[in-house]
Amino acid sequence: MADECFDATAVAALLQPIVERHRRDPLRLLQILREAQEVFGYLPRTALTAIADAVELPRARVEGVAGFYSFLHLKPVGRYRILFSDHVTDRMLGSVELMDRLCNRLWIERGKVSEDGLVSVDTTSCTGMCDQGPALLVGGRPLTRLSAERIDRISELVRAQVAVSDWPEEWFLVADNIRRRDVLLASAATPGEALRAAVARGREQLLHELKRSNLRGRGGAGFTTHTKWETARRAPCGDPQGGRYLVCNADEGEPGTFKDRVLLASHADLVFDGMSVAAFAIGAGQGLLYLRGEYAWLLPALHEKLARRRRNGLLGVAVCGQEDWNFDIDIHLGAGAYVCGEETALLESLEGRRGVPRIRPPYPAQQGYRGQPTVVNNVETLCKAALIALRGGDWFAGLGSKQSTGTKLLSIAGDVESPGVYEYPFGVSIDQVLHDCGAGNAQAVQVGGPSGSCLALHEFSRRIAFEDVPTAGAFTVFGAHRDLFEVARNFAHFFAHESCGFCTPCRVGTTLVANCMDKIARGDGSQYDINEIFRIHRLLHAASHCGLGQTACNPLFDTLNKFRPAYERRLRSLDFAPAFDLDQSLSIARQMTGRDDPAAHFGPAAGVQRAER
Amino acid sequence: MNTPSLLLDGLPVPFSVGQTIMEAATAAGIFIPHLCHHPDFKPQGSCKLCTVKANGRYVSACTMPAKDGMEVENNSPDLNDKRRTLLQMLFVEGNHFCPSCEKSGDCLLQALAYELEMLTAHFPQFYPDRPVDASHPEVLLDFNRCILCELCVRASRDVDGKNVFALSGRGIGKHLIVNAESGRLADTGFALADKAAHVCPVGVILAKRRGFLQPIGCRRYDRQPIAMQPARPLASGGNGPES
Repeated sequence: MADECFDATAVAALLQPIVERHRRDPLRLLQILREAQEVFGYLPRTALTAIADAVELPRARVEGVAGFYSFLHLKPVGRYRILFSDHVTDRMLGSVELMDRLCNRLWIERGKVSEDGLVSVDTTSCTGMCDQGPALLVGGRPLTRLSAERIDRISELVRAQVAVSDWPEEWFLVADNIRRRDVLLASAATPGEALRAAVARGREQLLHELKRSNLRGRGGAGFTTHTKWETARRAPCGDPQGGRYLVCNADEGEPGTFKDRVLLASHADLVFDGMSVAAFAIGAGQGLLYLRGEYAWLLPALHEKLARRRRNGLLGVAVCGQEDWNFDIDIHLGAGAYVCGEETALLESLEGRRGVPRIRPPYPAQQGYRGQPTVVNNVETLCKAALIALRGGDWFAGLGSKQSTGTKLLSIAGDVESPGVYEYPFGVSIDQVLHDCGAGNAQAVQVGGPSGSCLALHEFSRRIAFEDVPTAGAFTVFGAHRDLFEVARNFAHFFAHESCGFCTPCRVGTTLVANCMDKIARGDGSQYDINEIFRIHRLLHAASHCGLGQTACNPLFDTLNKFRPAYERRLRSLDFAPAFDLDQSLSIARQMTGRDDPAAHFGPAAGVQRAER
Repeated sequence: MNTPSLLLDGLPVPFSVGQTIMEAATAAGIFIPHLCHHPDFKPQGSCKLCTVKANGRYVSACTMPAKDGMEVENNSPDLNDKRRTLLQMLFVEGNHFCPSCEKSGDCLLQALAYELEMLTAHFPQFYPDRPVDASHPEVLLDFNRCILCELCVRASRDVDGKNVFALSGRGIGKHLIVNAESGRLADTGFALADKAAHVCPVGVILAKRRGFLQPIGCRRYDRQPIAMQPARPLASGGNGPES
């Protein structure tokens, strides 16, 4: 094996600067593994041993972490690692055909490294480029708006072994595509303005404003932000050395959503202001931004912004002249694991472990990062908190609906004329959104991503709000020509791929369901398989450890209920005899009216009658 | 003040503050099916066999703290049906051939399958490829039967202080690994005297040269169904030094 290329002494020397930079801290294991992989191209056995020694963890623990994340590799993956985003919108734009084309051009099989070790091509979960797909990641950088011509050029560049940094710069352009601005996206707040406003109000008044605003979490669950902050602020710190922590959840992994990417790319200072405001309110000394691995390309710009904030006294010692408050922000990179968007799995990942959701209670606000009181908020929630610090709770509560105050960013993609980010006050109807984005012939909208809900035509009058259609932000439109069965099948495979494997129902159930969908797709399915899907759905909903498993069958459940023909036309046999016979149930009516002509019959019996005549 | 108590299938069950539903039930001699739970170790809550309905919500009995006045549904057709489905999932996920297994009759998975009247595996078999590890002089690892309960992981870490076992992979690819660069048990500090050698509820960790010492038919769950037995001290049966 290629492992032989790396001898232990050489490996240890190469790893030395990395582990030292991370102070041999086992909590930084994931970051160390990521950086080690950049050196070796993958994680050789010897490197895992050396890292385990350096951070004083059992080697098996280190291997267990490396084996958990999609973007960490225990085997060589080629010098060019090309990953096609596999969201349904990428597929709708032809990503499958483009990937086949690239594989053919490079003479390789999907998922396997070329024999010379040069290149591998595979798929990855949604990369958050749905508004400018089809997209892929090469060496961790996103390449958008793929076309056949571009694929051919890529194959030439790979074969000529041109470094990715020398590929045409315009290929890597990521557009914001902001289509509708409201209070957040139109905000012209300068860096630090919201934080200074918060400090001027003082902690008590700030929390009071937050309470009046009735701000609820934008990550999907809709928990009241004020309650989280107040709990964390009052919770005792177990460890006198450690303080409270503020975590920004930028692990935007729900397929179809990309609004946090836009916020981080173009409103980063507002995000950092929101983090600082929250930290000030709860008395946190350390902020952590957990950035999904797919967004690693945002890192240099974010670090630059943080450095500027330090220079301007917005981070560091005695922030904003508050003698008793030191605060700084650190960025942690994820490594390809959707489940880490769940806040306790995110904390596990932040602590350098496998991203497995914790048992709750205790909740993070009581015992979170390093066992200390921790607030975990979504990127958008923190931006809203910054706006509330600036303009007050009553102003915010005046927007949207009573139970869903403020505005919501939607990531709109699919069969629409203008995909991109739209900001609306809560309470906007699906119809209105569809009209604005130019979705002429929509038959369905997936709101909130695969774990959200699939709405059919007759539900388009419903409204985006916690009390009606809640959403973390994804809004994927399917035109009348789309096959909802294939949409659901894509989502089933997504959940099977992203299940952390901790609990039995989700680990086994998501794969059983994905296999079931493949069986139906092959034309080998029957009513029995549909019954199986419902049965597994009920079990996962009841017995799964976290939201991933509980919602994993939602897209199948919704499409089975609302788009049944998409499934049934694939079934080999319906294998279903209704308990009552429609024609038989008319027999009394026939008797009473003295009729027995074909028009008095239903179904095949009507035909039989006709033939007899 | 009165002792707090919960209602378990309508029966009052007293508990002390801090106990889980599982602990309260076990103390009262009431059986709640479970696989990854073991009274000697920190609750884990991953197998989900102990799923009960507490005040109308599905929860894991092994991790949910008991509350005064809580109404818990345990032995009901709905819950037992869900548990049976979970067992079927575990059976198809691994390679479980009871008739040829050294642990037959001492196996918690098998005992629960009998208890919950699981007649078939129902789902299509996955038939995963899981090579055995026979490198260690005293112990054989047959990963085919692993149900990922992490009892060996917890025992080796928390009792033996050796961290011989861990989990790697994700989702359906999750699997047990050992603490050695070679990936072989022989290259770890594992010994037959370790606690971790005697906690496997199924037939993964087996002492060599002790096969079928106790004849099939005379084993723990051959004698009495699991629900009738007193609270389980250790899952080790015929295959272990104490037996």
